Amino acid sequence: MTAHTFKPDLPAPTTSIGALGWIRANLLSSWFNAALTLLGLYLLWLIVPPLLQWAIFQADWTGTTRQDCTREGACWVFIQSRFAQFMYGFYPPELRWRVDLAAVLAIAGAAPLFIKAMPHKVRYGIGYLLVYPLVAYWLLHGGFLGLETVPSTRWGGLMLTIVIAAVGIAGALPLGIMLALGRRSDMPAIRVICVTFIEFWRGVPLITVLFMSSVMLPLFLPVEMNLDKLLRAMVMVVFFEAAYVAEVVRGGLQAIPKGQYEAAAAMGLGYWRSMVLVILPQALKLVIPGLVNTFIALFKDTSLVIIIGLFDFLNSIKRATTDPAWLGMSTEGYVFAALVYWIFCFGMSRYSMHLERKLDTGHKH
Amino acid sequence: MKIKSTLAVLSAAVALGVGANAHAGATLDAVKNNGFVQCGISDGLPGFSYADAKGQYKGIDVDICRAVAAALFGDASKVKYSPLTAKERFTALQSGEVDMLSRNTTWTSSRDAAMGLNFTGVTYYDGQGFLVNKELGVKSAKELDGATVCIQAGTTTELNLSDYFRANGMNYTPITYDTSDESAKSLESGRCDVLTSDQSQLYAQRIKLANPEQYIVLPEVISKEPLGPAVRQGDEEWFDIVRWTLFAMLNAEELGINSSNVEEMAKTTKNPDVARLLGAEGEYGKDLNLPKDWAVQIIKQVGNYGEVFARNVGADSDLKIERGLNALWKDGGLQYAPPVR
Repeated sequence: MTAHTFKPDLPAPTTSIGALGWIRANLLSSWFNAALTLLGLYLLWLIVPPLLQWAIFQADWTGTTRQDCTREGACWVFIQSRFAQFMYGFYPPELRWRVDLAAVLAIAGAAPLFIKAMPHKVRYGIGYLLVYPLVAYWLLHGGFLGLETVPSTRWGGLMLTIVIAAVGIAGALPLGIMLALGRRSDMPAIRVICVTFIEFWRGVPLITVLFMSSVMLPLFLPVEMNLDKLLRAMVMVVFFEAAYVAEVVRGGLQAIPKGQYEAAAAMGLGYWRSMVLVILPQALKLVIPGLVNTFIALFKDTSLVIIIGLFDFLNSIKRATTDPAWLGMSTEGYVFAALVYWIFCFGMSRYSMHLERKLDTGHKH
Repeated sequence: MKIKSTLAVLSAAVALGVGANAHAGATLDAVKNNGFVQCGISDGLPGFSYADAKGQYKGIDVDICRAVAAALFGDASKVKYSPLTAKERFTALQSGEVDMLSRNTTWTSSRDAAMGLNFTGVTYYDGQGFLVNKELGVKSAKELDGATVCIQAGTTTELNLSDYFRANGMNYTPITYDTSDESAKSLESGRCDVLTSDQSQLYAQRIKLANPEQYIVLPEVISKEPLGPAVRQGDEEWFDIVRWTLFAMLNAEELGINSSNVEEMAKTTKNPDVARLLGAEGEYGKDLNLPKDWAVQIIKQVGNYGEVFARNVGADSDLKIERGLNALWKDGGLQYAPPVR
């Protein structure tokens, strides 16, 4: 007796698999979609080839002065010759290793947190968050333990942008969580304080806050008391972003079912322990997209310090375009700025998606 | 409206309060104590204050700061710069954040009288002008009837322009832009016939064009924009030092003293005017609370006015601005300094 064997399946028709099938299904499924596809292709044709011509094929890449830019396209020589200024501002060239070291330490110090098998991760993380800012301040600003002082007026470029954004994120997250908890507190005094704080800072634009800090505040302080401009700006950014973070976190807290609070209480956990061990881990996980959204906005908002005369990444580029030797290079400068901002923001967004997948426990509320 | 006037009163009161706090001589003492001049400059203006590739500040406004430091300390490098935006400049001066403001600021009556500051002189006589394509065949602003004019938004430029055209019975179509880069591109593409801005900036705009030779700045100047350094009110000693620093540079040019011959002249001069300026005769530095060789240091380290002008905005720079109103009075310009005696 011979066993019956099935014939292998016929391959699917070529029109429904592979590249052709994908195109049929996604681009040409109806006459309307086909028209949209054609329109899209036409727009790409209008935009992409001239852009590539300008940015790559017709661009000048090497040289030292404006005279080396002889071709039609972009003059990347400008970016190249001012690259160090765009990265470090006026940080003294012989001391720039300190900035580099601070950046390397930030990455090296955070790396163990990404190793799955690492024990005591939470303790290490908290220790890192407490120690690293001091190390970074010592390296960047100096003035003690044998390092020469580099006043914040000499900081600039991408370094300053990252410093403001990092301080903003590191300061706004804990403050925002506290504010969110405070807003849901049963104690009226705390609730009123938190609501007032949040609503005040959410109600004013960041640009006016920065403006007040640099234009009005000095008038009310005594002449001898000159608060550092950068410090003023960073405090304002932290307060401002904390209000936004607070509202995002509050959204997460409200999404946690009442049963979780009751279960934590039934376990005999007090307020803080039930929050830290039960509620916040779930709430924060829920609001990752919102938080990262806030932080991406914060990263881009740092460029507003332009109006108080701090030379962050964007303003450094703007300043370089006022050098008579490089007048008229603003297009190159701004394209470069857009590219760098995009890399950072896209990086943050990808990381948040990764975090969401990793922390996904399959719960659906 | 009410809020606005309350705010104005408030800020004026604050400005006055701060002004009253500073007793005479306070700034000079503080500067001497610190060992450097804290100078407010612009956040980037071609030829006036900008940063070069090495991160050094350059420009006319910057050179005035350096000259004050040279007069005081004999060392032009003893300056710390605070780049200030247009909005924060007066606060920075009033609050004591900077000792002097050398930031292309137009000297007007309201600023001089109501803002708690004093202008010490005019480093650059600026005024609104016109940049046109040579192909247009226009030789004078009077021929611009019916023209399309590119303007930068938010400045007095728009008002001056409308006054000028109305006074001359001409029509125009304005196109307003937010940045100078946009307006330059617009002129180049032919969207407007003429671009208007302060003359010093028109030369910078011209460099941005693909073919700068094709464009000319018309001779008419339709507004007065005297730019000069300013100090806090009520501190006369400091005011005199900043004022006479500029005068020394102007007198030096008039007397033919420049950075290369100044030391030679100080030793060998027979001309009493030169001898008095360079401290070879009399005690004129002491009257100003300055060292005897104050003017020698200014001229040696920074240069006379003509050198500073040529280096930053004039013939030796990329901008190639002509002296025009900024020539010495002897050469038909407006730059005139009282004598040292």
